[in-house]
Amino acid sequence: MAAKPKIIIVGGGLAGLAATIKTAEAGADVDLFSIVPVKRSHSVCAQGGINAAKNLKGEGDSTAKHLDDTVYGGDFLANQPPVKAMCDAAPGIIDLLDRMGVPFNRTSEGLLDFRRFGGTLFHRTAFAGATTGQQLLYALDEQVRRFESENRVKKYEGWEFLSAVLDEKNVCRGICAMDLRTMEVRTFVADAVIMCTGGIGAIFGKSTNSVVCTGSSQGSLYLQGVKYANGEFIQVHPTSIPGEDKLRLMSESARGEGGRVWVPKKAGDARDPKSIPVNERWYFLEEWYPKYGNLVPRDVATRAIFKVVYEHGLGIDGQPMVYLDLTHIDPKILDKKLEGILEIYEKFVGDDPRTTPMKIFPGMHYTMGGMWVDFDQQTTVPGIFAAGECEYQYHGANRLGANSLVSCIFGGFIAGPNAVKYAKGLQGDSNAERSQEMERRRQEGINAKLMSSNGTENPFRLWRELGELMTKNATVIRYNKALDETDGILGDMIERYKNINLSDKSNWANSSFAFTRQLENMLHLSRVIVQGARQRDESRGSHYKPDFPTRNDADFLKTTKASYDAATNAPKFEWEAVDTSLVPPRERKYDAAT
Amino acid sequence: MATATAKTVQIKIKRQDAPAGNPHWEEYELPWRAGMNVISSLMEIAATGQTKDGHETSAITYDANCLEEVCGSCAMVINGKVRMACSALIDKLDQPITVEPLKKFPVVRDLRVDRSVLFENLKRVKAWVPLDGTYDLGEGPRQSMTLQEELYPISRCISCCSCMEACPQFNDDTNFVGAATIAQVKLFNSHPTGESLKRERLDALMGDGGIHECGYAQNCVEVCPKEIQLTKAISEVSRDVMVQAVGDLFRK
Ligand SMILES: Cc1cc2nc3c(=O)[nH]c(=O)nc-3n(C[C@H](O)[C@H](O)[C@H](O)COP(=O)(O)OP(=O)(O)OC[C@H]3O[C@@H](n4cnc5c(N)ncnc54)[C@H](O)[C@@H]3O)c2cc1C
Ligand code: SF4
Ligand code: SF4
Ligand code: FES
Repeated sequence: MAAKPKIIIVGGGLAGLAATIKTAEAGADVDLFSIVPVKRSHSVCAQGGINAAKNLKGEGDSTAKHLDDTVYGGDFLANQPPVKAMCDAAPGIIDLLDRMGVPFNRTSEGLLDFRRFGGTLFHRTAFAGATTGQQLLYALDEQVRRFESENRVKKYEGWEFLSAVLDEKNVCRGICAMDLRTMEVRTFVADAVIMCTGGIGAIFGKSTNSVVCTGSSQGSLYLQGVKYANGEFIQVHPTSIPGEDKLRLMSESARGEGGRVWVPKKAGDARDPKSIPVNERWYFLEEWYPKYGNLVPRDVATRAIFKVVYEHGLGIDGQPMVYLDLTHIDPKILDKKLEGILEIYEKFVGDDPRTTPMKIFPGMHYTMGGMWVDFDQQTTVPGIFAAGECEYQYHGANRLGANSLVSCIFGGFIAGPNAVKYAKGLQGDSNAERSQEMERRRQEGINAKLMSSNGTENPFRLWRELGELMTKNATVIRYNKALDETDGILGDMIERYKNINLSDKSNWANSSFAFTRQLENMLHLSRVIVQGARQRDESRGSHYKPDFPTRNDADFLKTTKASYDAATNAPKFEWEAVDTSLVPPRERKYDAAT
Repeated sequence: MATATAKTVQIKIKRQDAPAGNPHWEEYELPWRAGMNVISSLMEIAATGQTKDGHETSAITYDANCLEEVCGSCAMVINGKVRMACSALIDKLDQPITVEPLKKFPVVRDLRVDRSVLFENLKRVKAWVPLDGTYDLGEGPRQSMTLQEELYPISRCISCCSCMEACPQFNDDTNFVGAATIAQVKLFNSHPTGESLKRERLDALMGDGGIHECGYAQNCVEVCPKEIQLTKAISEVSRDVMVQAVGDLFRK
């Protein structure tokens, strides 16, 4: 092992940048890969805030309560020791971010201000206006730029990770990546790799995620033998703004600041919402969940909205939409605390949410599932670590708002030093050149085949089909029959992919080529999600089957682990017990007054 | 003037295969749908794969990620003006809509340009807070609400480079760093800990391409999608640079 380990980090969102900083501080050299310039990563989209039980509001909050809210909110599917470690570390992480210069909102004493988010009764969410993710990402980006100027980090922006380089013993020895300008395929040697490639929104066509959140690298690694856990747990955010190209999020902080969800009591009531008297409005969340009201967790709110729209037939104008109303709140307060997100609504819809109730509907938002990792953030393949949304560890069956940013940073902080430690104990690859060469050849082969394909399937249309299929059958409400059909169609699509039509065969900045490559990995990952959902005959967190409406701990208090079976070209499954040693599972209910 | 009831959308896009390629216009006609923007139109073109006159065409290369005007990727020249394509609503644009790559940055392909110069500039002015390390050192410095309210808007800069595109002084002759970088200097010089690098940052803004190149034409403020008060920041930093330069003169 070389004196100075070389660690490759793939992805420069919050998790990737956090891992980069800790890895460089631990004395290793870092090569940082990202499709987009890291400052443009999806993490900038996070609006609402980041959780930490700093207890600055005299409410008696504690990290133990943060732990309890998180595992309860996740319907007890998360292994509890790492969740505890995260909650314990969170206040220190906030202090560090503050030292880095994040412009967190302040109280009159100059301390950090905190707001309330879903699934808790405490003011536990620190925020920087309504662009918290952007502000956090910039702070980490600035620190990484500093390391870069000191030559401790080398950035490869505009490079796409294609696969891991594995040696004969299936130990990771580096990565294979493609330059998105020259389309050159190259391997890079490393002692360990940390994957921080984020979410998978594109599998559902339209989602609240950014464009590059395709899950392609997770799919590629799954095909190489990395196990994927709890894929069936997909969070659908209750309040997104329906759009042509994406579902733009209306942050939970809109409800945290007092926003109220309602529909007219009369079906098809076409009156201007402001002229509808209060007693003719149905504030269904407040009525059904008096204790948490509009701030019930996301899965609960999403299903309630679905129920009101599809079962009660009370969507606005008969459309799948409900009101999210801020008009009763002082516009000055709104501007101060929510300006960034109100701007999004104004900009993309054209109405002013300070004076007109917003129209919203649930949209695919987040994957709780991801690559399986151990408590050191290492995947099932030695030398491949993972952190951030691409791994499964912290959120169980449902993620609480503002818990992702903290899990990304914490996961990155854990993964970095552990990767360095692993690298220091690593034996050299006796056949290093061969491992690199073989993987490069394999990837060049895939490229050559695609470039010469003369099929009839337009990749972008195939992708639309995939998105519509997955959104319809694998999100809020799931039936076994539909899941079986969906899996069959996915199998067909994997076949159809072989007949793909690549209209652009150029060797320069060919974005449709890159996308077409990703699509194949997305199709395989979709099957992991759908089959995982099919096998879980219960309802837990975001996973809801009307035919199995309750949680079934006896059979399903288990982590789903999928691995790729080359013989069948499909996933196979195993289940693993969940570590519930800290908080004994109890029934999850947000309607009771206890 | 386009009307919301028109059944189609007419778009002309300036394409270029490679940095040295010949720029040429291609025209498209798309079915109109409510809420469309320029990026959703580019996606639609990829899915139909056809020009207006029915020729098969390749998907257009462009940069976009967040689609909600916060990642800064998608600055383009739309109907002659620089703006973010993801928030450029079709219904608010005159047709035929023209879309071109930024003109002051090297074209990579089609609408994708190379804007790495801004990230290099940020290195040059040390746009960061110098931390001792990320180990636990307790809470950060207390800051007033007023300071937060002054700094937060500048910290929302999305590095889109629109301000530089619109600036008459940003060109190869002047080497001017541009408004965005100067605003970041203001941000970090005002931070209680970031302030410790103030002298070096101001030094970096003297000399070739420095702050004196700005002619206060205000174009930057007009195009900034985050409405950052760029000229205010420039004049404040400019004053600091002046004070430091004069001081240096006497120290020599
Ligand atoms: C609209 C929205 C609002 C949100 N608000 C909040 C909030 O208020 N609080 C909260 O806690 N959470 C929030 N979340 C969730 C949170 O933002 C994400 O889970 C988190 O930012 C993910 O960070 P990450 O570092 O894992 O990945 P990302 O930030 O997505 O970064 C992924 C990185 O991987 C790179 N990458 C991907 N694939 C490849 C590849 N093949 N090769 C090379 N590089 C690759 C990308 O370029 C990028 O740099 C929100 C999510 C959305 C969609
Ligand atoms: S004010 Fe200065 S920076 Fe802004 S456009 Fe004019 S010359 Fe450029
Ligand atoms: S200052 Fe404004 S225009 Fe300039 S890069 Fe930043 S956000 Fe864009
Ligand atoms: S796509 Fe991010 S700013 Fe337009």
